[in-house]
Amino acid sequence: MIQVNFFAALKEQLECEQIELEFEGIASVTDVKNKLVANNPNWKTALDNQSLLMAVNHEMVSQEYAVKDNDEVAFFPPVTGG
Amino acid sequence: MISIQTQDFSLSDEVELLEAHNDTDGAVVTFTGRVRNKNEGLGVSGLFLEHYPGMTEKSLEKIITTARERWTIGRVKVIHRIGQLNVGDQIVFVGVTSEHRQDAFAAAEFIMDYLKVKAPFWKKETTENGEKWLDAKDSDANKAGDWS
Repeated sequence: MIQVNFFAALKEQLECEQIELEFEGIASVTDVKNKLVANNPNWKTALDNQSLLMAVNHEMVSQEYAVKDNDEVAFFPPVTGG
Repeated sequence: MISIQTQDFSLSDEVELLEAHNDTDGAVVTFTGRVRNKNEGLGVSGLFLEHYPGMTEKSLEKIITTARERWTIGRVKVIHRIGQLNVGDQIVFVGVTSEHRQDAFAAAEFIMDYLKVKAPFWKKETTENGEKWLDAKDSDANKAGDWS
């Protein structure tokens, strides 16, 4: 299983904070995104947003990054702290 | 040292901690960020700060490690508040000590610039037109890019 977290504006758009995905068929962050959209077609617009950032196990990564079983994946808008 | 907290902090207490039993560092540089009453032309009455627990601490540790590699610095403290804040409230604190001022000034600015673009915090403002998630600013990305 893979745990997927969403934050800030994206969390509100999807009305979802956290979801679990079967690892089957997942090799990269892009696959995670595609599987999320396949399971929830109405998430497509929000998840296709090119400015979204991605993290795997608390490290910022690109969408080609390899995902392993039991990883924690996160999608979120550009950060605005400070 | 890093602290993500809902409660306020005291600038004088933090400076005291940076200076206590520290006879080697002649320079203490601190930055405090506060909630403004205006942003992008709109009146702001407060903001809500969300973060990604675990990743936040990890990303700040990485920023501090990078600063230590680039400059000779002594103590470092970063505090970032989360949750509901009002106009005038303190949001963020960065404190750096070093033997001489140049390294402390540079490292403090570097940490703050990188925090702005790398640490997973998000601000939702309460404005006169309602609630609004802040958009990231190109100027912040450019400022952080200047250090590389």
